[in-house]
Amino acid sequence: MEYFIIIISAVFVNNVVLSQFLGICPFLGVSKKVSTAAGMSAAVTFVMALATLVTYLLQKYVLDAFGIGFMQTVAFILVIAALVQMVEIILKKISPSLYQALGIFLPLITTNCVVLGVAIQVVTKEFDFINNVGALNPAMMNLGQSVVFAIANAIGYSLAMVLFAGIREQLDLNNVPKAFRGVPIALITAGIMAMAFMGFSGLV
Amino acid sequence: MGKLKLITDGIIKNNPTFVLVLGMCPTLGTTTSAINGLGMGVATMFVLILSNMVISAVAKVIPDKVRIPSYIVIIAAFVTILQLLLQAYVPSLYETLGLFIPLIVVNCIVLGRAEAFANKNGVVDSALDGIGVGLGFTIALTVIGAVREILGSGSVFGLKFMEGDGMLAFVLAPGAFLVLGYLMVLFKKLTNKEA
Repeated sequence: MEYFIIIISAVFVNNVVLSQFLGICPFLGVSKKVSTAAGMSAAVTFVMALATLVTYLLQKYVLDAFGIGFMQTVAFILVIAALVQMVEIILKKISPSLYQALGIFLPLITTNCVVLGVAIQVVTKEFDFINNVGALNPAMMNLGQSVVFAIANAIGYSLAMVLFAGIREQLDLNNVPKAFRGVPIALITAGIMAMAFMGFSGLV
Repeated sequence: MGKLKLITDGIIKNNPTFVLVLGMCPTLGTTTSAINGLGMGVATMFVLILSNMVISAVAKVIPDKVRIPSYIVIIAAFVTILQLLLQAYVPSLYETLGLFIPLIVVNCIVLGRAEAFANKNGVVDSALDGIGVGLGFTIALTVIGAVREILGSGSVFGLKFMEGDGMLAFVLAPGAFLVLGYLMVLFKKLTNKEA
């Protein structure tokens, strides 16, 4: 049941893009076509689940154990960068076809704040994110919950990304006023989508 | 190139928010009020100036292959310093900005300036560039924050000028996207006659 609440809350209620504003750059940058949006989403899902797992263990058994919590930002970003590089190398070796599909998106993920953001959310104590639905305190998240949380956030990210790309494909066919072309109209579209997602807010 | 131009370029011609469309996450996420936008802008400017200066100083020593990871570590170090300073001296701001403070590490403006400017120019020029781009970012965030605060809660910098509540949607998520979209159009109209 608690996993169910985590998933619903992360996918719909606190959608990572449309209500928490994480990962906006790729959300605007690679959402011109549904296929690229789906590729980026798959790469993010993969890296995010892995990164959250590793950073959770790092926080618990290295940073907390030695009392060097202030190194969190430096340690996490290094781990994520290294992990992305490693995933790229391994994927190239064992599954060239998957590498072909995700290849160009992988290096971009290092600076995608959604990965670092979720990794920090999982281990941070001050940021009580699920607290407001009265379910559990993220400070007490265990390993299973954190990985589920990461995957649920990735699903929410993919959902927003693919829907948005679908809308943008249609938008290209329309006659948009000159000053609105490009990013501004995309932002306004995202605003309307965010309004729609606000409708989920009473769900959990 | 005049020193002053380095600063004004960052504010108008290369405005990070309205023209280059970089660093969108904090732009949308922290501008619920003018004061929060200002706080985030100044925090980013702090990291930007210092990382620009250090990177321009050490750029020649770093091998080309590992330059991006090295830059990220330098930036992360300054973000950690900022995090500790804010926690100690302005805990209320630290609390409101929350997650977006550590996320300055992955703010593309900071890494972007390191890669596009700081590793090719001197320490003084890089510092000026940091000030210019930082100011451009701060001004943009403050304006967005002010517009959202006026529409959403009927106040500016916390001073209430209107009875009752405003349009709450502008303080919440949708308002961020809408206000930024329309401000971008306005900025385009003002700076470029053709649009």
